[in-house]
Amino acid sequence: MPDISAGRLTAVDYGKNFSDIHPPLSTHEAVVESDRCYFCFDAPCTIACPTSIDIPLFIRKIGTGNVDGAAETIFSANILGGMCARVCPTETLCEEACVRNAAEEKPVRIGLLQRHATDHYLQHHSAYGVRAAATGRKVAVVGAGPAGLACAHELALQGHDVTIFEARGKAGGLNEFGIAAYKATDSFAQREVDFVLGVGGIAVEAGKALGRDYTLADLKAGHDAVFLGLGLQAVNALGVEGEETAGVIDAVRWIETLRQSPDKSTIEVGARVVVIGGGMTAVDAAVQAKKLGADEVTIAYRRGPAEMGASPYEQQLAQVSGVRILHWVAPKAVVSEGNAVAAVDFERTALDASGRLVGTGRSVRLAADQVMKAIGQTFVFGPVEGTETVALEGGRIAVDAEMRTSLAGVWAGGDCVRGGEDLTVQAVDHGKRAALSIHAALSA
Amino acid sequence: MADLRTNFLGIKSPNPFWLASAPPTDKKYNVERAFRAGWGGVVWKTLGEDPAVVNVNGPRYGAIHSGDRRLAGLNNIELITDRSLELNLREITEVKKAWPDRALVVSLMVPCEELNWNAIIARVEETGADGIELNFGCPHGMSERGMGSSVGQVPEYIEMVARWCKAATRMPVIVKLTPNITDIRYPARAAKKGGADAVSLINTINSIVAVDLDSFAPVPTIDGKGSHGGYCGPAVKPIALNMVAEIARDPETFGLPISGIGGIETWRDAAEYIALGCGTVQVCTAVMTYGFKIVEEMIDGMKKYMDGHGFSTIDDFRGLAVRNLSDWKYLNLNYIAKAKIDQDLCIKCGRCHIVCEDTSHQAITHMVDGARHFEVKDEDCVGCNLCVNVCPVEDCITMQPMAPGSVDPRTGQVVPAEYANWTTHPNNPSAVAAE
Repeated sequence: MPDISAGRLTAVDYGKNFSDIHPPLSTHEAVVESDRCYFCFDAPCTIACPTSIDIPLFIRKIGTGNVDGAAETIFSANILGGMCARVCPTETLCEEACVRNAAEEKPVRIGLLQRHATDHYLQHHSAYGVRAAATGRKVAVVGAGPAGLACAHELALQGHDVTIFEARGKAGGLNEFGIAAYKATDSFAQREVDFVLGVGGIAVEAGKALGRDYTLADLKAGHDAVFLGLGLQAVNALGVEGEETAGVIDAVRWIETLRQSPDKSTIEVGARVVVIGGGMTAVDAAVQAKKLGADEVTIAYRRGPAEMGASPYEQQLAQVSGVRILHWVAPKAVVSEGNAVAAVDFERTALDASGRLVGTGRSVRLAADQVMKAIGQTFVFGPVEGTETVALEGGRIAVDAEMRTSLAGVWAGGDCVRGGEDLTVQAVDHGKRAALSIHAALSA
Repeated sequence: MADLRTNFLGIKSPNPFWLASAPPTDKKYNVERAFRAGWGGVVWKTLGEDPAVVNVNGPRYGAIHSGDRRLAGLNNIELITDRSLELNLREITEVKKAWPDRALVVSLMVPCEELNWNAIIARVEETGADGIELNFGCPHGMSERGMGSSVGQVPEYIEMVARWCKAATRMPVIVKLTPNITDIRYPARAAKKGGADAVSLINTINSIVAVDLDSFAPVPTIDGKGSHGGYCGPAVKPIALNMVAEIARDPETFGLPISGIGGIETWRDAAEYIALGCGTVQVCTAVMTYGFKIVEEMIDGMKKYMDGHGFSTIDDFRGLAVRNLSDWKYLNLNYIAKAKIDQDLCIKCGRCHIVCEDTSHQAITHMVDGARHFEVKDEDCVGCNLCVNVCPVEDCITMQPMAPGSVDPRTGQVVPAEYANWTTHPNNPSAVAAE
């Protein structure tokens, strides 16, 4: 019988394992760290940030004791700066660009400084920004994830009235339902949603799904503009024999359940877990499986470390958490015993002379009590189909530089659009750019 | 929300942050960049008579750095503008016309003859500039020619030239003072007697920043030789603050408007000058280190500070520290404080212990019950504050005043509630009996 159970650890261990992975900087640490910033001209960190936060300026403000001013510099570019400080792969964005890398291979810890400033601000303020005079224009935002929230906030600032329609029971999107629990402790995602909505002029209609409760045409009829921040809905299938076996689950759904459980001891995890995939979701699932008390956790990925969607830092995090990463293996079949999973058979892979990934014919079997699929998510077109519909490109919604779709009056952003990198910070940028474009259109 | 607008001698600017007369204000190009960045005003780099001076063609600057190569002090041997008077006047006219809401003051330096001053002032008047600043401070090069600090070091000359200038112009006259003098109050008094509307200070301090130990020449080195330059930057701020304070509290110059200069990098530095009475501040080295953009931090930080303290205008807190400037002899000798180390913040580096042990009063432990532990021995602590200053962690060591009525374990005496100073102390041979 496969060994899958909840409650493998003591309450103390659950608390420890799911505490903040990067404890915030103390004031002393923040001041010392801020002192390391060179206040670069045309700063490479700012260029590397998808939301173009003026990083040297906010760090200089921390250094002069103006921590709230630092936070305002951040929020003026990225209203979800608090979450981005927690979940951004800074080592491949701002911190990778820091010139201190060239000087001494040690970047300024921008992410933690950003968290220091935004945490300070959220402690003392319930909102950021002051709304412009009401315009009387109404905008519908579909999806209360990072893209939708950022778009709604900017539109509200410009004086428009916004209604966010969210299919789930509450706002937050992947910040609330995805990403690893240890990156956003203390209900930070919900606190941040409240902070965003605190500006006023934004109504949230939760439990309202596009295509089920209303159509795109309905939204267009009742609003001056529509923004689609739909995210991705489906998890890719392995397409191998035995995939339907009990014990083979979607990593995304499993993480969602885990995130929504206040008591982590109720979450079932296998004794031996195999996670198939190589992205951030694979790492988030594997590390949390380990933190829930799994004995052996293996990430199986069909290519090498350099091709993994998870950043080098995330790969390291998995490894120091006790997760094994097995490269160059492709799943071939799920092996079952009785009605449950017992193992996964993989074929070892390699690149051929022309650089194509090919099977080598050699196989490897990993014994498993639980298998998690984390090989990416897909945009489901369904809800936006209809007589008047938006054009797709590469399976996602096609947009121009201002995030306009093919349909007049409809903008889109975040993971559901072509070119999305599946990053919170990029979704925020999309949402904000779309809002500015909508504002320009409504002001014309 | 705090309002940073200032009115200094009738010269209005959107904020008190001006750029000092220096390389950053030598040309229209730079000044317009500064205004676009948000600076409230500039003092245009010193104009002189044609033919223009020439600068050295080797290095003009030298610096000292603190840890992590942060620029702490800058030294320069650049002269006044080396561009023609005509060109500068034309650009000043254009800039003032394009930026009417910004302060534009012109710094001047000509030989000590009334006709020379009258002539150049007449030309400056035509530009529409808001005021003039008399450069009596430049300590290198120009001083060898009987101008700059060689005028600023003779109060009679200051008074004389200030009077000429006031008689010659409608514009407010600011006298920029040199710190290369024993007592800053004398030149300030002279400026006031001459009718100057304000003083600005400090100009740069005579300095040699380094000696090259291979070539045995001062830095910066021009073909094997060097001369002293003018020192500025964060390192000079304490010297400048003191000189501003001396003028602010001198009964003879009390109330004389001051534009504060010297080592200002952040809103906090600027606020300190304003608290000592300055109506505006002038910045140079900080923008020569980081660029004009730093004014964004200064504007925002100043507003936040003022909002936090309930000040709605600069004048609401200007000069509030002046009343607390005192002579040493009037400091309260009955005020007793002891250092206190916050054990949660202590990182156990031992610096407080060793400086107290080696150089002060042996009042900090380093071992307690066989463990590394740093704690103040109140019975030995004289409250000198040295440990506070050398501690690498801010607020880890603080000075805690003793309550009146408690017993100071160092002296065994009760801490008196009443104020008493040196003028009445029994050890003072010239003590006067307390009334």
